[in-house]
Amino acid sequence: MEQVIVCNGLTKRFGDFTAVDSITFEVNKGEIFGFLGANGAGKTTAMRMLCGLSTPSSGKATIAGFDVYKQTEQIKKNIGYMSQKFSLYDDLTVQENITFFAGIYGISDAEIKKNGDDLLLRLGMQDQAKKMVSSLPLGWKQKLAFSTAVIHKPKIVFLDEPTGGVDPVTRRQFWELIYEAADNGITIFVTTHYMDEAEYCKRVSIMVDGKVAALDTPSNLKEQFGANTMDEVFYHLAREAKRGE
Amino acid sequence: MKQFLSFVRKEFLHVLRDRKTLFILFGMPVVQILIFGFALTNEVKNSTIVVVDNAKDLSSQAIITRIEASRYFQIEKNLVGSKELEAAFRTGEIKMAIVFPAGFAESLQHQNTAQIQVIADASDPNTATTLTNYVSSIIRDYQTEMNVTNQLPYRIQPELRMLYNPQLKGAPNFVPGVMSLVLMLVCVMMTAISIVKEKENGTMEILLVSPFKPIMVVLAKALPYLLLSIINVITILLLSVFVLDLPIVGSILLLFGESILFIITCLTLGIFISVKTDSQQTAMLISLVGMLLPTLLFSGFLFPIENMPLPLQVFSNIVPAKWYYLMVKSIMIKGLGFSYIWKETLILVGITLFLLLISLKSFKIRLA
Amino acid sequence: MRILKFLLVKEFKQIFRNKAILVVIMVMPVIQLIILPLATNFEVKNIALAVVDNDHSDYSRALISKITSSGYFRLSGYCNSYNEALVLVEQDKSDLILQIPPHFESVLLRENSERLFIAVNAINGVKAGLGSGYINEIIQQYNQQLRSKLQVPGKFNLGPTIQIQSSNWYNPNLNYQLFMVPGIMALLVTIVGGFLSALNIVKEKEAGTIEQINVSPVKKYHFVLGKLIPFWILGNVVFTLGLLVAFCIYGIVPLGSLITLYTFVMVYLLAILGFGLLISTFCDTQQQAMLIMFFFIMIFILMGGLFTSIDSMPDWAKMAAKFNPVSYFIAVMRMVIIKGSGLYDIRGHLLTVLGFAIVLNAGAIVNYRKTF
Repeated sequence: MEQVIVCNGLTKRFGDFTAVDSITFEVNKGEIFGFLGANGAGKTTAMRMLCGLSTPSSGKATIAGFDVYKQTEQIKKNIGYMSQKFSLYDDLTVQENITFFAGIYGISDAEIKKNGDDLLLRLGMQDQAKKMVSSLPLGWKQKLAFSTAVIHKPKIVFLDEPTGGVDPVTRRQFWELIYEAADNGITIFVTTHYMDEAEYCKRVSIMVDGKVAALDTPSNLKEQFGANTMDEVFYHLAREAKRGE
Repeated sequence: MKQFLSFVRKEFLHVLRDRKTLFILFGMPVVQILIFGFALTNEVKNSTIVVVDNAKDLSSQAIITRIEASRYFQIEKNLVGSKELEAAFRTGEIKMAIVFPAGFAESLQHQNTAQIQVIADASDPNTATTLTNYVSSIIRDYQTEMNVTNQLPYRIQPELRMLYNPQLKGAPNFVPGVMSLVLMLVCVMMTAISIVKEKENGTMEILLVSPFKPIMVVLAKALPYLLLSIINVITILLLSVFVLDLPIVGSILLLFGESILFIITCLTLGIFISVKTDSQQTAMLISLVGMLLPTLLFSGFLFPIENMPLPLQVFSNIVPAKWYYLMVKSIMIKGLGFSYIWKETLILVGITLFLLLISLKSFKIRLA
Repeated sequence: MRILKFLLVKEFKQIFRNKAILVVIMVMPVIQLIILPLATNFEVKNIALAVVDNDHSDYSRALISKITSSGYFRLSGYCNSYNEALVLVEQDKSDLILQIPPHFESVLLRENSERLFIAVNAINGVKAGLGSGYINEIIQQYNQQLRSKLQVPGKFNLGPTIQIQSSNWYNPNLNYQLFMVPGIMALLVTIVGGFLSALNIVKEKEAGTIEQINVSPVKKYHFVLGKLIPFWILGNVVFTLGLLVAFCIYGIVPLGSLITLYTFVMVYLLAILGFGLLISTFCDTQQQAMLIMFFFIMIFILMGGLFTSIDSMPDWAKMAAKFNPVSYFIAVMRMVIIKGSGLYDIRGHLLTVLGFAIVLNAGAIVNYRKTF
């Protein structure tokens, strides 16, 4: 099995505060990997290091075979990213956003056209192509944001709490998009607060106080902690956290 | 009341947390006072000029020595031809050229008259006029000394006295101006933006549905800026007294009273803007273009209002800073009492009440 | 290159959709250039004069009428005593008091010399200096006239006189607007360029879109160039508008070549935009960016020689002015437009500003990297 994310003792310190404390794990190609943790546990910091947005203090990691210290530019060509803060341009239309984000990944004009049309068709948004993003409902915006994050067919896509504030039906549709992407061989690295979503993941890791406290498939985890739901597993681990928000 | 206090506390924390903004708000008056007090001067001095001495005789040398001695001028190397002269003007190296014709002293002695050519770079008209006046008076002095033996008849001798500011310092004019500018910035712009921000974030609605009276919400927002402004006023006054040596001639109490009145006027203006706008950017734009610029232009501290065309002069009357500026000048520099400025006070009170009334009115409409 | 194209297309679309920016770009030049030169008129005229004439003679009346007909002074009060006139000054109704002593005429004729008292409100130094200069000049002229009228030939030897031939180059009519308009154009380009660029990156930070760009293969210099180029073009448009307004309203045609002007403006815009971008890399909110930019632009403009001359500043301030890009721009605008200076004349200024442009933009790129 090809490993697209390899992380060994990765650490990030801000002054004397250790946000991420020597985390170690691997993610396989095409896997949906859940990255859980309470607020302030260090999820976002860890993810930013893996995306090449922030330089680690120590430890090793490779993303799609590229080193997070030296090859951040190559990493960026091979990943997609969608943050918890909604990140399409409000004052551009749907079509313009798609063209822009595809364009900055160096995709050819013909491919932009083709991928863009495919995307609109898949989302059923052909009629909305000329609408300003600001006028779309939140759920649509998020689906669109995800689709643009994978429009350049990256090896891995990082999703930082992608479904915050969305209704259950849209969340369901969102996860269908995620599965579709995974089926196409894209590795999904996702953080979430919703424990039902954790069940959708192939494997999940739970971070507590900057460390990986548990890592396994959801069913193994439940077994290990003698719990019925992921909720209980999470509660069991997070209760011991010393860091508040 | 207890609720109100806890609310005020929250607002203070907001203001105190943003260090960068706080630093600018306190740094601004200090830097302005220092710039206006020490760097900017309306006096024209140290102007680089060039002397073309085609005469090289005793008289021309005597005049050049006098010009050299004056602190107004700095004599540049001797340029000869008119080509070099033009080039020097064009690169902006020199502000003026003084040309002595050949045989200057001889002509003065034998024909009883001689000419000196004074060429000024009039791209800056006031500097040109001032420099020409300086040179003329130096030359005239020299001439008077030459003629000391035979005095001119019927001499009218003007005796000049500079009132209030004998050394023609810039500070007496600028300090009151800086005060109105800074207060305007802190009270109007910052208040307006901080209230509008709450609207943008949607937190305003939460506050408005609380059992709290809406007017209290606005008051609590304005209070930190009132305090900030008072600190700024004190800073400016301390700096001007101890650093700029500009004493407060009139009553300090009166000065403070009028300052607080002006601060309240500005706060109402800020509230007024925030009631009328919905986005931070709009609030910024309105405060900047609609408030700060007019303050700079029409308070009279940088530019004389009486030189402006009539419509602008009329417009200046609705700029609150103009009235405050007049009052501060009267109290601080001329040492006048309340009897001289009651009219200005009344106008400010009027403007404040008017603004308060219409903001309250539109505030109620919004809630309804 | 391809990436840059997409960034630029996006940036332009956003600018043209933002009504506030368009209004600022189109309306500011017109308003500023119409109002500012009228409002910032430092030409000292209409000085309010209070006269205390204790003589009431032909001479005193002739002197007063000569002064009031000069165009510089306007009679604001005819008072019986100095104290009465002082009240007018205190109320800001008069700027200058001319006091003519009793028996002015007879003393002058009998004793060959008599004094006049002038008191000037010196709170505003420029006005006081020029006002007293003008009134002195007029009194001298009056004196000269009087002398030649009364002069009995041969009675006095006039002695040698030096005639001062003064000429005012480049602006013979001492037109103050010719002086102010180029400076205000410099102000305009600085304000528009500085604020727009400072607010722009911060806006992307606030919206969170900058993260999305940061994880893409867009390079830092791509991003900074993508921001720089649109505002650089806008700055040139604003400057062109300014030139048109200056021509249409004030009839000001640059004496120097447009090529010289634009060459400088293009380089200068790089510098001021770089400064704006540098500021925006430091800030987290638009409010902060705006306040900090306001702070610096205010200092730049005050110290830039727009209203007061840099030569007259103390040495430390002159040193500081050397690091102020706005001071070079104001100087060059005046040199080229009023005096017709060419590229060779402004080479020093041009190279310095080019240096600023390189340092500031490099700073913006380096510092932008640090925010990662």
